[in-house]
Formats: sequence, structure tokens, C-alpha cells
Amino acid sequence: MNLSARLRNIPFWSWIWFILGALYFVLPLYATLDFSLRMERGVVGFKAYQSSFEDPEFLRTFGYSALIAVVTILASALLTIPTAYWIRLKLPQARRIVEFITLMPFVVPAIILVFGLIRIYSAPLTIPFTDIVLMPALTTFKFGTNILVVAGYMVLGLPYMYRSVDTGMRTVGVHTLTEAAQSLGANWYVIITQVILPNLRSALLSGALLTFAIVIGEVVLASFLGVPAFGPYLFLLGQHRAFEPAALSFTTFLMTWAAMGIIQLVTGGQGQASGAH
Amino acid sequence: MTHLALTNVSKLFGDFAAVRDFNLDVEKGEFVSFLGPSGCGKTTTLRMIGGFEIPSFGNILIDGEDITNKAPNQRNVGMVFQSYALFPNMTVAQNIGFGLRVRKESEANIADRIKEMLSIIHLEGKAHSYPYQLSGGQMQRVALARALAIRPEVLLLDEPLSALDAKIRVSLRAEIRGIQQRLGITAIYVTHDQEEALSLSDRIVVMNTGKIEQVGTPFEIYNFPKTRFVANFVGSLNTADAEVVDVQQGLLIADGVLFHTAEGTKGRSVGDKVKMAIRPERFSFASEQKKANVIDATIENITFLGAVVRIEVKIGNANFNMDTFNNPFLELPKIGSQTKVTCSREAVLVLDD
Repeated sequence: MNLSARLRNIPFWSWIWFILGALYFVLPLYATLDFSLRMERGVVGFKAYQSSFEDPEFLRTFGYSALIAVVTILASALLTIPTAYWIRLKLPQARRIVEFITLMPFVVPAIILVFGLIRIYSAPLTIPFTDIVLMPALTTFKFGTNILVVAGYMVLGLPYMYRSVDTGMRTVGVHTLTEAAQSLGANWYVIITQVILPNLRSALLSGALLTFAIVIGEVVLASFLGVPAFGPYLFLLGQHRAFEPAALSFTTFLMTWAAMGIIQLVTGGQGQASGAH
Repeated sequence: MTHLALTNVSKLFGDFAAVRDFNLDVEKGEFVSFLGPSGCGKTTTLRMIGGFEIPSFGNILIDGEDITNKAPNQRNVGMVFQSYALFPNMTVAQNIGFGLRVRKESEANIADRIKEMLSIIHLEGKAHSYPYQLSGGQMQRVALARALAIRPEVLLLDEPLSALDAKIRVSLRAEIRGIQQRLGITAIYVTHDQEEALSLSDRIVVMNTGKIEQVGTPFEIYNFPKTRFVANFVGSLNTADAEVVDVQQGLLIADGVLFHTAEGTKGRSVGDKVKMAIRPERFSFASEQKKANVIDATIENITFLGAVVRIEVKIGNANFNMDTFNNPFLELPKIGSQTKVTCSREAVLVLDD
């Protein structure tokens, strides 16, 4: 059946719902784009975009958030891959507990998380009943604060990263693949590097890009920890200016769609492979 | 000489004994099937041979070497899984060569072996295909080639055909048996499909609730089941409660009807309550007056099964199934009609519990 015949077979009400849904998403987007292009009175142009990109704060904050996002992704991958792998392989009874933990960021708001982090790490960690300092107060120096930021973002991104990785492992049948590799003589290093990780590529990429999107747009944690992140910059910009935030919002939207496009592109072949199982 | 030996092997999961006191010696080049219902311990036993489970008690030896506690990757035991378990990121050739690469064999050797394996499984043209580009049957052949490529001491097959459709299952099982015989490799095959086990195996181990019920050739298992479980599980069976009437003459009585048995009364006494069993295909219509086991019967039902026609007959108060080959030129009896059926003395089995 060709495309036009297929489209004709879609019921009338499906079309109505589709159009309503599309309008719901497209109209605000179009309004943002249109608004961002009218910075100069009577002229449609990219002045707001130019102004945004020329602001050194934009590059500084975006660069900072992008770097923190990359570190967060690496740290999250280091945490979630072995955890999900071990649970699939040896501790399936722990899956419910871990899934519950990964859902916590949906239940506990970021504001609670950041207050908890500040409360605990704004004082040095000492051995109980002594004055021996094990770790200085992390909020008192830049690197320490960055560690807290990454840790906080790891928690916020955990549902997406863990679930992506876990779903990827389930899809490729990581348990059987591991046993198959073992029966062929492979050691753990070979199994993880040649069998497990290559087959988790798409899952990891999905989790990584979702984490990236969260980190780039996050405001609460970054504001309270006082780091020069992109989220607070966008928020502050919105309070003083009108057109630039619209331009940056639209740019962020495009970047997100580009990221999703990359996921589709990279995972296309693997999706087929997984589907064959 | 014994190639693979399992001695007093048991596996406990908490309080639950998945495998109990399992003893088996397998000769080199032998094809042995573990047959039993789900949860009988057959896969657990296979996984213990593969090293994926460690026995709670007992030992596993290959050529006299104790491998009980060896890691799976140090056993040189190939395994074929029900779900194929091909590496999705690798081509067919890379999958087959994986074990050899792990063993750091030379690239020339690996290439030769891959070629040889592809020729054995008749997939020469698929070397560069990915698993998702293959059918289920092709994937399982690649999985078999991958397991065989490393020249394993023992090949383990865990229900390898159960995910395939019926026609491919039949052709692939013949292929598996052919390859196994050609390479002379020792194979352990787990299945719950009795037809598969009967058609493939040199010997069958019938298992139930973690224990071996009977070990024997397919012929022995089918024709001379030792326990009621084996008799019921392998093939279909008519069973009836009976009582020993005459030990010397091998005479039993079931529902008021006398049956002669060849060996069933040996070691028993008059009045012993026993379970009598007769396979449906051992019955036939009595064409002439034989001395023993010519029994009056009423035709209760007739079911056409293609090559076989199953006729349900009432003998005394009990119903028995009788299988006869389909012959389009012979008229089948009418339901409700009276007839005489017969079976040999040897067909009347007496089962232990």
C-alpha cells in the first residue's frame, strides 16, 4: 500500500485529533519564533539571536553547563551501567528497590535536594566526637561546589539514565549474551567492552542526551549553589529582556530536536537488531 | 571411557532442591537428552555442566578432570541457547569467530574455521549479515556454528528449537544430529519435547522433580518405561488399576477383564494391587482368535488424526485408546458397535510408582 492510500485510510476523527495536537505544540512554538524575530520595530530579522550569541555571558554559562553535563553523563554512566548490569545478572530481586530510588527525583523536588546538599556539605565532615576533618565543606570552594552540582544533576538525571540503560539491557538480553560470551571463553573485560557496551550504544545515547537536556535547562539547583549555569542565565535574562530569551528558547528547542534526530540516526539500525529478538 | 561424568550432583536454591542426587556417565560422541516437564531440573543440570550454576553437592568431571568449580569461560564447553544469544553488534562471521578471537588464535586460523563452520551450517553467503537480517532457523544455525567453532569438549543445547516453527524444528533437529555425528562431539540436549528427544538421542535421561526417573535409549524409554511418570510423559498411555491374579501365568484383572502380561507379575504376589499400562498403538482389532488378550470392547469414539486414527474403546468399565494407521480403503467401525480387540502379552506393562 502506498503512502497516499495509507493516509486516506486514517479515520476522519484521527485527523482532527492529530491537527488539534499539532496546533497545541506548534502554535506556541511559532509564536516564540515570530516574537524572537521582531526585536526591531517593523523589521523581521535575527537581531535577538545576534544579540544573544554576542553576549559573553551566554557563551560562558552555556560552556559551563555543557561541561557539567558531560561530566554528569560520564559519572552517571559509570554509576548506572555496572548497577543495572549487576542487577540484571546477579541481583534481580533488587530491581524494585533500585527502580524506586530512580523515581525519587519525580517525587522529591529539586529545591529539597539542593537544601539537603547545602545543609550536609556546608560543614566539614569530621570523625564523630573528634575534630579530625575527613572532608572540607564542599560549598566553600569552587571545585567542591561543582562536585555537588554534578552529584545533584546525577540524581535529577537518574530516572532517564538508569531506565534507558536498563531497558537497553533488557532489549538485548544482556544475561544470555553474557553467558554466551562466557561459554566462548571471554573474561569480564572482553564481555563488557566487546559485547555489552557496543549493544548499549543507543540506550546510552538516549540517556545521555536526556541528561544533557535536563542539565542545560536546570535552574533551581544551579541558582542555590551559585554556579554560572545556563539555566539561571536564561531565567535572569527573561526578567530584564523580552526578545533574547525567546530567541534562546527557540535555539534550545532546535538543539533538542537535533539531539533527538541524532538518536534516531544512530539507533535506527540497532532498533531493528533488537526487534529481531 | 567416560567423557563427562556427573556424580551425586545436587543443586539447592534455599530450601528448594532443583536437582537431587544426579548421576550420569556420558561417553565421548554420545548425544544425551534431558527430557522432562518444566521445573524438573533439566536446565539447572545443564547450567551446572556449563558452569553457570555451581552444584551444592557432587562433582562434574570431563575426561577425569574435576570442573565442578571452574568458571564457565575456563571449561571449553560450548552452549546453544533457546534465544540464540547472537551478539547483535557482530556479523555472522564475527559471531562465529568470537570464541577463537578470545583464545587469541591467528587471523588465518580464524578465517579458515569461520569458512568451515559456515559451510557446515550451509550459510556461506551470510558471513557479513547481521543477526537481525537472519531468520530464526538461520540464527540458531549460526549459534550452533559459534558454539562448535571453539572445538568444545561438550556441546550443551538448551531447548534450541523451541522458539522455531514446527517445520523448521524438524529439519533443524536432523541437521543438528547430522553435524553432531559428523564431528563426533559429545552433546547434552535439554528439551521438554518427547518427539525431539526420541528422534535425536543416543540416550534419554527422563527427569521429574529434580530426580532422574529413567536413563535409557529412546527404544527402552518408550517401550519399557520403568515408572508411571516415564510411561505417562513419553508417548500416550492407557493406564488402569489392576490386581495380580496368577503370578505363573502373568495374569492381571482390571475392571473385571483378564489381561495376560509377559513379565509384569514377576516378583509380585497374588492379590497385589498394580498399575497396568498399554500403549494405544499396541492394541489392534482381533482378526483371529488368539490365545491371550482377546477382549470384548465397545467402540465409544473415533478421532481422525491424519496418519493415525484414534479409536476409544470401552473395555469392562474403563475406556482405552487404540491407535491404528489410517487406511482410506478400510471401513472404520461404527460408534456403539461391539468388537474384539487384542494386544500382545508384552504390550501389557506393569509400572512402578
